[in-house]
Amino acid sequence: MDDEHSKYDPAILPDYLPIYYRRLFPYKEYFRWLSYGNANGLVSKSTFQNREFSFTLKDDIYIRYQSFADQAELEKEIIKRCPYKIDIGAVYTSKPKDRSPAITLTPVEKELVFDIDMTDYDDVRTCCSGADICHKCWPFMTLAIKVIDRALKDDFGFQHRLWVYSGRRGVHCWVCDEEARKLSVSARSAVAEYLTLIKGGNTGKKFTLYENVHPLIQESYTLIKKGFLDLAIVKQDFLGSKVECNKFLKFIVDDGLRKLLEAEFESLDTSKQRWASAVNVVRTTLEQGSLKRNGRHCIEEVMLSFCYPRLDINVTKGLNHLLKSPFCIHPKTGRVCVPIDPEDADSFDPFTVPTISQLVDEFNEYEEKNKGSGDTVRDVKKTSLQKSLKIFEKFLRKLEASWTSKKIEQNEATMEF
Amino acid sequence: MLIGGGKKRVRKVQKVSGDGQSSQHPHSHTLQFYRIPPLGNISLQEFERFAVERLKALKLFENVSLVFTRGSEEYKNKIRTELRKMGLKTFLRTMGQEENDADVDASHEERRRDNISHFILRLAYCKSEELRRWFIQQEVDLFRFRFLQESAVSIKEFLEQNDLAYAAISQEEKAKLRRRLIGATFDMGDGLFDSSDFYRVPFTEALDLVRGRKVYLRHGYAYIPSSELVSLVCACFRLELSKALARTARMFPIIEEQERLLPMLNHINEWYLGEDYGSRKTKASGEVTANMVDGLCQESFPPCMQQLNRAVRTDHHLKYNGRLQYGLFLKGVGLSLDESMRFWRSEFTKLIELEKFERQYAYSIRYNYGKEGRRKDYTPYSCMKLIMGAPPAAGDHHGCPFRFTAPDLLAQRLKGMKISSTQADSVMEMVKGNHYQLACSRCFAAVHDQPPDDMVAIDHPNQYFELSQRILHPEKESTGASLKQPRPSLRSTGTMNQGECLPSGAVTQTVEESLGR
Repeated sequence: MDDEHSKYDPAILPDYLPIYYRRLFPYKEYFRWLSYGNANGLVSKSTFQNREFSFTLKDDIYIRYQSFADQAELEKEIIKRCPYKIDIGAVYTSKPKDRSPAITLTPVEKELVFDIDMTDYDDVRTCCSGADICHKCWPFMTLAIKVIDRALKDDFGFQHRLWVYSGRRGVHCWVCDEEARKLSVSARSAVAEYLTLIKGGNTGKKFTLYENVHPLIQESYTLIKKGFLDLAIVKQDFLGSKVECNKFLKFIVDDGLRKLLEAEFESLDTSKQRWASAVNVVRTTLEQGSLKRNGRHCIEEVMLSFCYPRLDINVTKGLNHLLKSPFCIHPKTGRVCVPIDPEDADSFDPFTVPTISQLVDEFNEYEEKNKGSGDTVRDVKKTSLQKSLKIFEKFLRKLEASWTSKKIEQNEATMEF
Repeated sequence: MLIGGGKKRVRKVQKVSGDGQSSQHPHSHTLQFYRIPPLGNISLQEFERFAVERLKALKLFENVSLVFTRGSEEYKNKIRTELRKMGLKTFLRTMGQEENDADVDASHEERRRDNISHFILRLAYCKSEELRRWFIQQEVDLFRFRFLQESAVSIKEFLEQNDLAYAAISQEEKAKLRRRLIGATFDMGDGLFDSSDFYRVPFTEALDLVRGRKVYLRHGYAYIPSSELVSLVCACFRLELSKALARTARMFPIIEEQERLLPMLNHINEWYLGEDYGSRKTKASGEVTANMVDGLCQESFPPCMQQLNRAVRTDHHLKYNGRLQYGLFLKGVGLSLDESMRFWRSEFTKLIELEKFERQYAYSIRYNYGKEGRRKDYTPYSCMKLIMGAPPAAGDHHGCPFRFTAPDLLAQRLKGMKISSTQADSVMEMVKGNHYQLACSRCFAAVHDQPPDDMVAIDHPNQYFELSQRILHPEKESTGASLKQPRPSLRSTGTMNQGECLPSGAVTQTVEESLGR
């Protein structure tokens, strides 16, 4: 693990969390997001009030079905409970905290969410496994963000996509368009399956490309192609060993071609050489016209299998599935679950995401330096969390602009009478 | 009799259609969205017959879809041949086949029956989530099958009548998106592309196509080729039916037909369209004695009855539902009243006094054989009854084990039977898909070393028993013993056995009364 990470010690959480929640957690923006414009009268208050939150307290005490009347109550409860983790659930037909055997809670809406986890890449990444990540494998996530974000925007027409670092080894995406929030369970699963190319985690060939390639795959391939050489060859060294080469060879269905490549690989040393020769050999064989229909796109298949995003589709399918909230602290790493700007996904580095200890130190330092100066700077702006808040702001402004235009439409509609 | 009650809906459709006669009449097309409930009178016999006819067709669709991929040639052929065999040609009829006035009248009558039977089953299948899901799935399959039989002209007419006129994208737009549309669209070559129209609809209306990545998506809209229109229409059909069923379920409690229809409706979903294994037919078989039960159980009892036998032998007692289920089954196996009495007495008196047995239990055993009370000769429970009936509570052992036993426990029990683990897995696979009867069939095939044949679903515990005996003792058959020919599961001649599996005899009674009137 990186040096910076070693600074964090989970034992400090009970001391630091109260400071974080009292001084730094961006309640105002958080509420602006989840109330979806009820200040403008565009949605009813219940959009926020019927929303389920669940808290994980110290020692894994888990309390579900929390709900709050407004920002003040949310703030008060979070500060009082000091949760190690906050999850956001669905908006229900009634207030989740009032639930009783007599009132059945039915989920009515929730953001369309996606969860991409680095552990699902264990069969392709060569650097780490399990919960660990490093600079060599994070680009898988960067590519995943780009591919999924493009599809959500261009294919489904979703405008408001909030990408968030999960605090440890993955990313989440919250699609907040009204149409997305109101999707049925079957629509969610259809979207998830549309976006899923690679099912299951085992090695081997998962799909076959033919002459007609779906635009989703075409567009995803274009994005993946740009990052492939750097990720697969430079960072992952994915043809570096015999084992890795064999994984690759499993993708070649044509026996003749596979034997040819196997021999080629034997005579070469590096991933770079091997890849270049594979591309060449396949091209020549293709030109000779001796490949069957199901083997003509093997190079593209390898690239997609290696890099195409692996979604945990159960998270997306369920309307009442809970997902970790943005701006939580990951208890194991201490890092804040900060928003990621998908347009600038390349520059996001999980190892520079502030940890709670870093934030509290920065805050104290600032206070020390400016003691008695009487400035009115907002607490969170005294820390490096400010940068993440700006990304969140950008997302919120766009979301709010859509309400304003809706509001105008509504007004115009009523003016007619 | 007024079925359904979607008044609001009727008005809306009328308003939309505008030109009066042709489009608002529910019988103007072979395909229907069943938006208008039937009005008028039908007799109870008709009510029952229509329902049973449709139910048979729906069961066929279910069975065939388990074996062949929906929409494949084998699937369509199988449905076609079976419908013909079953005398349900009405579902094969398409538009414009009529040659004279008599044909027109006949096809109108068929459409009327189609409409009525659909609405009867809506009533019968609206009560629980499980029933609704089953009904919707089969109705959608039936609708899709019929839709695909129709000509392009007839489909166009149907869509217009039902306010589903999708507008095709312009030729310029189509040309502009050519490469993408060809790439995205399932099975689309250049030739097909030129002759095909594309319809632009919100992606949420074409979820199945989106899910399978079979259409082009752009900014939230899916581009549907003419060949996939059926998928859109079916999605729409499914949605409307699901809403209508929810509405019907809410209306159900205030239905005014308490006495005549309600008991019938309550049991339509349990009706079992085949042999009823009543004692009438097994009367000749007095040769099964109480002493033989354990042996026969070991040999040929289905899992649901084995578990009851095991329970009664270990606990020396069975609760009410278990006694009914097992007692009637044993009657179907061929135990006479005297032997049956011996069987229960010998077991129960290990725990209670003889006098108490006579007082508390003997009556109900005689009752089962039609010797007490209403003197009705009750028939053994069918699989549907065991699957849909009251779930077993603690201490109960009745019901279908594939339906009610926890999956891990069930898997464990299967291992205890004489079947391989691959076979056990294939049984569990059916259980996971909620195909309990097919699970039982596979279990049967495994135990009896038969090739699994998913077309023959076990649908009666006594059928299981008799099939098993026939395999184990083929000699009995030739000697003309009591054991009957097993019947194929998809019967063409299945007559309705009224009152089957109804302890109260409600349906028989009602229908007989109405006949007498």
